[in-house]
Parts: sequence; structure tokens; C-alpha cells
Amino acid sequence: MHIKFRRALGAAVLGTLTLSTLAACGGSQSSGDGGEEGKGGRTVTLVAHDSFAASDAVLEEFTEKTGYRVKVLRGGDAGSSLNQAILSKDNPQGDVLFGVDNTLLSRALDNGLFAPYEAEGLAKIPARYQLDAGEHRVTPVDSGDVCVNYDRAYFEERGIAPPETLDDLAEPAYKDLLVTENAATSSPGLGFLLATVAEYGEGWQEYWKKLKANGVEVVDGWEQAYYDRFSGSSGGKGKGDRPLVVSYASSPPAEVLGADPAPEQAPTGVATGTCFRQIEFAGLLKGADNPAGGKALLDFMTGRSFQEDLPLQMFVNPVREDAELPEVFTRYGETVDEPRTMAPEKIAENREAWVKAWTSAVVR
Amino acid sequence: MASLRLDGVTVRFGERTALDAVDLDVAEHEIVCVLGPSGSGKSTLLRTVAGLTEPDAGRVLLAGRDQRGVAPHRRGVGLMFQDHQLFPTRDVGGNVAFGPRMRGEPRAEIRGRVAELLELVGLPGARKRPVSALSGGEQQRVALARALAPRPGLLMLDEPLGQLDRSLRERLVVELRQLFRRLGTTVLAVTHDQGEAFALADRVVVMEAGRIAQTGSPVDVWLRPASEFVARFLGFTNLAAAVVRGRIADTPWGAVPVPPGAPQGPCTLLVRPAGVRLTDPGGGLPCTVTARTLRGGGSSEISLLLAPERGPALEASCPLHTAPDPGTAVSAAFDAAEVVVLPAR
Amino acid sequence: MRTGLRAGTAARLALAAVPAVFLALFFVYPVAAITARGLYDGGRWRPDRIAAVLTDPDIVGVVWFTLWQAVASTALTLLLALPGAYVLARLDFPGRRMLRAAVTVPFVLPTVVVGSAFLALLGRGGLLDQWWGVRLDTGVTAILLAHVFFNYAVVVRIVGGLWAQLDPRQEEAARVLGAGRWTAWRTVTLPALVPSVAAAALMVFLFTFTSFGVVQILGGPRYATLEVEIYRQTAQLLDLPTAAVLTLLQFAAVAALMAFHSRALRRRRTALGLVDAARTARRPRGAGQRALLAGVLVQIAVLLLAPLAVLAERSLSGPDGYGLHHYRALGSADAAGGTFTVAPLEAVGNSLAYAATATAVALAVGIPAAVALTLRGPGGRAGRLLRGLDALLMLPLGTSAVTVGFGFLIALDAPPLDLRSSWILVPLAQALVGIPFVVRTLLPVLRAVDVRLREAAAVLGASPPRVWREVDLPLVRRALLVAAGFAFAVSLGEFGATVFIARADAPTLPVAVARLLGRAGEASYGQAMALSTILMLLCAATLLALEGARTDRSGEL
Repeated sequence: MHIKFRRALGAAVLGTLTLSTLAACGGSQSSGDGGEEGKGGRTVTLVAHDSFAASDAVLEEFTEKTGYRVKVLRGGDAGSSLNQAILSKDNPQGDVLFGVDNTLLSRALDNGLFAPYEAEGLAKIPARYQLDAGEHRVTPVDSGDVCVNYDRAYFEERGIAPPETLDDLAEPAYKDLLVTENAATSSPGLGFLLATVAEYGEGWQEYWKKLKANGVEVVDGWEQAYYDRFSGSSGGKGKGDRPLVVSYASSPPAEVLGADPAPEQAPTGVATGTCFRQIEFAGLLKGADNPAGGKALLDFMTGRSFQEDLPLQMFVNPVREDAELPEVFTRYGETVDEPRTMAPEKIAENREAWVKAWTSAVVR
Repeated sequence: MASLRLDGVTVRFGERTALDAVDLDVAEHEIVCVLGPSGSGKSTLLRTVAGLTEPDAGRVLLAGRDQRGVAPHRRGVGLMFQDHQLFPTRDVGGNVAFGPRMRGEPRAEIRGRVAELLELVGLPGARKRPVSALSGGEQQRVALARALAPRPGLLMLDEPLGQLDRSLRERLVVELRQLFRRLGTTVLAVTHDQGEAFALADRVVVMEAGRIAQTGSPVDVWLRPASEFVARFLGFTNLAAAVVRGRIADTPWGAVPVPPGAPQGPCTLLVRPAGVRLTDPGGGLPCTVTARTLRGGGSSEISLLLAPERGPALEASCPLHTAPDPGTAVSAAFDAAEVVVLPAR
Repeated sequence: MRTGLRAGTAARLALAAVPAVFLALFFVYPVAAITARGLYDGGRWRPDRIAAVLTDPDIVGVVWFTLWQAVASTALTLLLALPGAYVLARLDFPGRRMLRAAVTVPFVLPTVVVGSAFLALLGRGGLLDQWWGVRLDTGVTAILLAHVFFNYAVVVRIVGGLWAQLDPRQEEAARVLGAGRWTAWRTVTLPALVPSVAAAALMVFLFTFTSFGVVQILGGPRYATLEVEIYRQTAQLLDLPTAAVLTLLQFAAVAALMAFHSRALRRRRTALGLVDAARTARRPRGAGQRALLAGVLVQIAVLLLAPLAVLAERSLSGPDGYGLHHYRALGSADAAGGTFTVAPLEAVGNSLAYAATATAVALAVGIPAAVALTLRGPGGRAGRLLRGLDALLMLPLGTSAVTVGFGFLIALDAPPLDLRSSWILVPLAQALVGIPFVVRTLLPVLRAVDVRLREAAAVLGASPPRVWREVDLPLVRRALLVAAGFAFAVSLGEFGATVFIARADAPTLPVAVARLLGRAGEASYGQAMALSTILMLLCAATLLALEGARTDRSGEL
């Protein structure tokens, strides 16, 4: 017992010592690795949300090309990782931040998070994606459409036509069928709310009252909505009972990915009249340790190999016009011709008021 | 062995003064007993000498050196606590060895000393016993051995026998005195029991409310209490205000003879119980016997409580076989040899 | 004049300086920094924001929900746990010690695991859903049940701990004096128990009032406690003013509770005629006691053990029947579609290393604090200062972990304290939660050490540090082990702050579980359950190891 205790005490003392040592040399341990590479020169740190993914092969290609190794720091969902970046902006955690979408863009820009950089691949990216074309503080990387998905089998079995538009969703035929996400906490949830605002203008609250009367269910996040509540998803526990869910236009191809044999048709479909376009951006963080590496990474993210890797990693569409979509996307995906959009400034101005009003009216 | 000297030591706890300018000398090898009721500052005195309480004024000198600012563990005194305070997580040997171990003495030497001390206190072979298994008397012996083990220059005992039963106490007190004599230890003990103090001490110090009321040999103090307080504390109850004129004192009981050379004028008069003699009715102060109690310790004297016709109750001492029953009417006469004239209140 | 005492005061203050500096740097400063971000704007303070936030009907709703669910959880916990406290304290039956350890397991479980255990039992696709189609995950029921599950042990420990030591002879004396069984209980035992019931109720109230993980997982978008709302406002809406006001509000509420609690504790210290707990337990006699025992056993099985068992069951069940494949999948970084840069199983190693460091820090800070609080000194100003420290030590328990996590990020970013990318940040945040446990476990034991025992050692030649080593240490060693174990367990389970500051390439177990739960999908779900099971087993193992070392005096928790 004595010896045990002495050990514990020793550990405690050691702990305090480590603490003071760390405190003393904390200054030299700036962000980035600071480890074997020294000076942080050979590592470029990418701060991203939890959904970020890239294949190893593509990341290795980047290292071969530029000599930089990518280190990924995931900081929660898109909103949380942006907020963390804003709170620590004077001394950022990394070099590049990925995952700011158009619904959050103004918050990032207003807080002066990014240093301007014109990435090499911009020439191949259509102007409609370049929301900060004037200053190039952020670079578009991918886009996706938030749309209501439906469970084909459910509607076929009952001989009901699946909904097409936002108006349809308020019809009695679709009572108690839709599940959506919390606009305050979920990116697709906010996207769907913005779709309704874009569609109905001032009347959006009226519309939501109708939706609520029609039995819309709100859950916290996309994962829960799609995998747990939606009856058409195969990946989840498969016990959801709602055949309509707010998800992405790319969700149907994701459903058939890896299915063997490949089915005729995806088990889910997209209500193309309900969509809101999201564009995700990346930017070079001000005060980055390795701005050169960050710039190289932005160049690479707008390059073809990264862009073509995107769809199967994150189920989003590349923004580069010459990027080829994988077969599963072209075969099972649905193109949304006229998604709703909204100017980032307008979103920035009203987002909080809208979310608050929405929360009071729908959730509580 | 070291001498102890207290020089105007004052200790205050907030408003209360626990020690009030106390002067005290304890010579080498002397055994001094501090007597006093609870709250008179006895324990504070010991704690001050040990360094557990710092004086607000005055000096404590051990072997002539001022102890101001010297921490308890550097004073080289021993203190035996009232309730022993043996370390519950150590066995008997561990308790006794504690002091020498703190002084970094060699292990073999400590082992020898422990065995020797346990032998000395009459617990040979108890080294491995857990302290929780000891009786009160055994605990007291272990506490004593523990206090003696580091060979303190001055050993202090706080109510050393307080919790023990009477017969054990009377036996131990004699043993202790013999032991201290043999070791030549300087001892400062504290007790509220006069019997214990008188059996143990070379010199007795009576304390009253933080001051020293009297100091002297046990016999001196017993024979000539310095004040009414000391007299009452020693257990005397036959006390009354009086005025001495010549060989006679005027008291509530009437005229009482006083020894020759007694100071004249107002005083407090003490009549020891042995000085209250029972005579036939009509021979003195008429009294009624109200109660009688045996004096302990195998004494054949009995203590009688009398209600006199005038004046406060009287305590008388008489042989067991002649003691009257309660309710009996008797007369009391006073013996000048057993009367002490004390300063007036 | 009093050099010795002055030296003593100096030593006390020096000891107190360790926790004071630690808390100032790693608690007060970060929390103040984030609060200031919210309330200091445009070069001036904005107290007007407080009124604006507090009159917002949504916020009023949150405050109301926080309050009533805490009251309801506390009442329900007392109702269900008091019989258990009696049975485990006073009845002697085979397996009693094991059972007492088992009911404590939930208390040290990470909220994330509790949340997932209840999802597994009550949620969609959970056991009740599978068997009877009953689902309780959308309402308050699941939250309340999870709170009972969590805090059952608090009541059993605090009330039962005292109950076990109440001298049965007092009740017997009342019986002899003519009181019936019920009257004797009501007039003798109940009054003796009331203060400890109050103390337990306050603890439960405190824990449920600040509940985060459970409400976050089981509450859905509708239900939010203050703590959850602070998280939403900070992490998701970046509304720092609102978050700051709510942080202050929670702070004030918790401080008031603490003051109340310490008063209740003081009352608890009144002499009660306590005896050795080992002597009071009796074999159950009569039908009544046997029925009570059976009832409590069933209750514990259903309420406490079933969720844990279901958790383990879910972790083993896969599409092809039972097996260990979820556990095997944890060993690969590709688990759950690349949510992780490292294999989730590495989180086990991370968690153990972090928790060990956090425990060392909590002990290094908590031991001097507890010693400084117990050394008897002169009182006065220094004494008041130390009482302030006592309160400060408890505050991390009631402060939003989210606030602490975010505070770390924005406050500890300048040399020499630029720790944001350092691994030490996580154990530091975890230690903050561990320190109150260390102090609360050590304090009663240290206070019970007789001062004169220390004096006896000093007079025998032991210097003050030596006195501590020779006298206090042997007496508090077991309590120290218990304290270390609690600190380890809560560090292992800390989620609210860790989720912000854990590095992506070094997640802790709860963070990894939360990420896996966030991914949903059959495989991720199974792996989340598997990882939760590992975490549960780690906590249970820690606890069982401690049960042997547990002292009956380590009273307050």
C-alpha cells in the first residue's frame, strides 16, 4: 500500500511538473504539428467538419506533388467547426478551413477569418458558384442540393404519387409522413427552412404552420432523420416509419452504392421541386502557420483529381465543370434544374431571426 | 535533563486570558505537579511549553534557551496527552519507536530501546500488539513509553491517570514516581486530582484562572493553603469569614480558637475536618448529623456532615466505629491546631 | 508575536495557493474570458443584454424546463432509491457488497453511455420497441428515468451510508420506552436521516439541474436544460451574449445551491451516535422485510442493470447474430465510413492516458486544497479566504462544461499559456471535474483526524510534512484511493468540455462514442454500443477495485 501510494504521489508531482514545463514552453508549441517536421513547414493542417472525407490515394497524390502532408482536424458539425475557427481566429488551429457553406458564409466573412487567395482551379469553376468572386477570400469546393427524399416502395405500395413540390408537402395525402431536421442545429434543416423562405417570402411562417398541422416531425440531426426515422434508408436500423425526409439530391445514389447486383432504380427518389442549393467553400485562414502549404492545398482541392474524388467520399457534386461524375451518380442521381438559392448577405442578415421564429413556431 | 523556566508567560484566546503572566521554575530532575480545576489554564501551560501554543507575551526557557519561534518538533520535550493519542495505524512497537525514528536513530538501537521501555512500563513482549486491543491502563503505559523513548529533556504529562479507575491509579502513581526518580527525568505534570499530585510531586503548583495561586511542597500546601480558593480546591469546605482578636476568631459558628501568632483582624477561617471534634450535647456548638460518607482508600476515618444551629454546614472527621447515625443531635468543638487563618475575601 | 502560528498560516496559504492558482488559470480565467466575450462589446459592458435574454419567452421556457425536470428527477430518484438505501444499508444478504458496487456503476458512467444505454432500451429499435412496440425516447420519461438511473447511487451512498451507521440501540431504546415500531422509526431514525436525505436531494438536484449529455441525447430538439441551451447557443448559433447570460444564470443558481448544501452538511455533522456499519446489518426477518428486499432487487435489476445489459447485448448483436464483429471493427480506422483518422479502439488508450494524467492533476491540486482546508489555523481573514476556496473548488461541478471547453480555446491561446493544440488541455479540463470529488472525499476523513494526534507526533519530533506523512497519510490512504478512483472515472467520462478540445486524431472514448452515434447506421450503432460497453467495463472495473478500498467514512459522495 505504501509503495502504491508513493507511486501515486510521484505521478501527481510529475503531473504538476509536466504542467509547468508545458506552460513554460507552450509558446514555442504553436498550432500545427511542431513534431518531427520541425517549423511546421512540411505539414498543412486542414480544419474541417466531421463529414469531411477524402480517399487516401488522393491525399497521397497531394503529398507527392507538393511535398506537404495533410493533417485533418475535425471539429464537430459544420456550424461548430466554423464557430471554433471564429473564436480562435487570432491564432488559428490550422491553415485551411473547409466546410463553410453559403448559409454560413457571411458569418465567416464578417469575422474576417480568411486571407484572400485565387486558387488555380477557379477558371474551371462556373461563376454561379463563386459567391466571393470579388475578393477570393473563399474558394468554392463542392455543391449539393438539400431536397425532400421519398421512399419509392412506400408510395408504390399505396398507389399514391410521391410529392413534387413544397406545396404538396402540406397536402393531407402526406400527413404525418415528413421528417426534417432542426434548423438551429443541422445544415440540411437550415437549408430546407431557407428553401421555404425563398419560395414563400413573408408567408413562410404560414407555410410551416400548415406543415406542423400536417404532422411534420423535427429531429436534431440528419443522421437521426435519415437513418432512424426515414423508412427508405438501408444503412440504418431500417425501422423508420416516415417515407419522406429532408436529405440531399445525392442520397439516392448513396443508397445503391456497393449494392450487388446493381438495382434498376434507386430505392428512394428526390422531390425536385423542394430543393435548396448549398455550396461549400474552403479558405486560407489568416495567421496560418503554413500559408504556402495552405495555398497549395486550395489549388489541389479545386483540381480535377480531388474534385472527382468528392462525390463518392462526401456525396456532393464537384463544382469544377470538367470533373466527371462517377457512374452511380449519373445513373441513379437526379439533376435539379432550378434549385432555390439565396444571397449570402440576405441569409446573414436574417438567419438568426428566422431560426428563432421557426424554433418558437415549430419546435417548442 | 533540562530545567524549565517560564517568565511572565501570557496566552490569550480572543477575550479570554488562559495564562496570565505566569512565572514558574522547574529544576533539573524535579517533579512538579500543576493542580487546578478545569479551565484554570493547566493544559495551556503544557501546550505552551511544548510549542503547540505560542505565548502572547513572556518567555519560555528550556535549559536556559529562549524557545520563541522554535517549532514543537525541535524542542526536545515529551508530552503525554490526556487521552494518550496513540497512533491507531501502528502497533505498540511502532508507537514507542516513533520518536527515536523521527530523530533518525539507528534501527537496531531503536529496537533495543523499545524492548527496554516496554519492559520498564510493565508490558514486555507487547511490541506486536495493535493499540486498539489494549486496555486503558495498558494504553497509558504505552503512551508513557512512547513519550520517554526519545529521551526528552523535559517530560510533560497531561492528566496522566485521568481515565483510569481508582485503585489502578493509586498503584500507578507510585510506580511512576519511582520510575521518574530512577531515570532522573524532569517532569511537569498536570492534574485536577490532589491525591495524585501529592503522591507524585516534589512540588505542587496550584493554578487559579490562569494565575499561580500557590506553589510549595505537597505538605506545605496541604497544611497551609494560601487562599480560600486553594483551600476549597483542596477539598476543604469548613470556611467562613471571621475576625481574629487575640487567640479567638469571631465566626458564624461562634468563637473559634486560632493558633498562636495568627494575624489579627478580618480574615477567612479554615477549620480542617479533623479540627471539628464531636462532644456530648451541650458541650459546644449544637449540630444535627445530616449525612456520613466513608473516606476512600481503606481509611478507617469517616466524614460526617453536620448542620450547626448557626453558621454554614460543617464537615467533621471521626473514627468509623464511633460515628453517630444521621439525625443524631451532637455538639461540635474546634481544635486550634487544625485551624488556618487565610486572607480575607 | 505568534511566530509558530504565523508560520502555520503561511503554510496553509502556501498549500491553498496551489489550487487557487490552478483554478484561477484554468477555470476562472477561461470562464471569465468567454463571459466577457458575450457581455463586453464596443468598449463597454452590456448588462442590458441580461434583461433582454431573460425575458425571451424561449429562454424562460428553458429555465422552466430545467427547473421542473430537476425537481421531478430528484423526487423520483428519492422515491425509488430510498428503499434501496435502506435495504443495502440495513439488510444482510449474500451478494450485498457486489450489489452495492453495481448500483454505483451508473454514477460514474459517462452521460454519453447512459444516453446510448437508454436509447438501446427505450428508443427506436430498442428492446422495448422490439418486444412490445413501446417507445419512450421522444418525451420526458426517458430523461427522468435516465436521471434516476444516474443518481440512484447518490442516494444509496449518502443516505444509506449514514443509515448503516445509525446505532440501532437508539431505536431499541425508543421501543423499550413504549414506542411502536413505526413510531420509533418516525421519532428516532427519521429525524436522524432527514439532513442526509436533504443533502442527497440537493446533490441529485444539482446534477440534474446541470444535466447535459443525457438531455442532449434523449431530449431531441424540443427539450433543453440550461446547459444544453448554452451548448446550442455557443457551439451552434455563436450567440455568445445569450450563452454568457445563461452561464451566469446557471452559475448563480449553482452557487445558491452550494451554499444551501454546505449548510445542510453542517447540520449533518451534529452528533448522531454512529456505530460501525458492519454491526448494524441484519438478515431480513419476516415477510415484510423479505418482500422489501425482493422489491428492491427487482427494481435494481429493471432500472439499473437492464440498461447496462441491453447496452452489452446491442454491442454483440449484428446482422449475422451475436458476435464480436463490432469490437473487431473498432480496431480499424475505416470504421463507420472514415469518421476517424485513427482506429476508434485507440480512443481506449487515449482515454486511459488522459484520465490518468487528469487524476494526477486532480490529486496534485485537490490534496493540498483538502489539507489547507483542514489544518487548524487561527481563523480570521485567512480562514475566510480558505472558506472562499472551499466554495470555489465546488463551482466547476456546476459550471457549464461547454463554457469551460470554449473558454479554454479562447483564453489559453497566448504564450506562455498557448495550450490549444497541446494534448494537456484535455486532462486539464477533466481534472477540473475531478478536483471537487477529490476534495469532497478527503475532507470528511481529514477533518475526522484528531488534531492532537498530529500534535503528539510533532512533540515526538516530527516536522509538519513528516506529520502529514506519518499520521494523516496512513489514515486517509484508503480515502485517497477512493478519491483517485472517482477522479479517474469522471475524467474517463467527461464529455461536455472534452468534445471541444480533444484533438481529432486523439479522441477520447466518450467523444468517439458520440461520433459513432452521430453517424448512425447499423455498423456505427453497433460500434458505438461496443465502445460504450468497453467504457462501462472500464468504469466498473475502477469502481470494483475501489470497493475493496472504500472506507465507511468517505461520506459525502
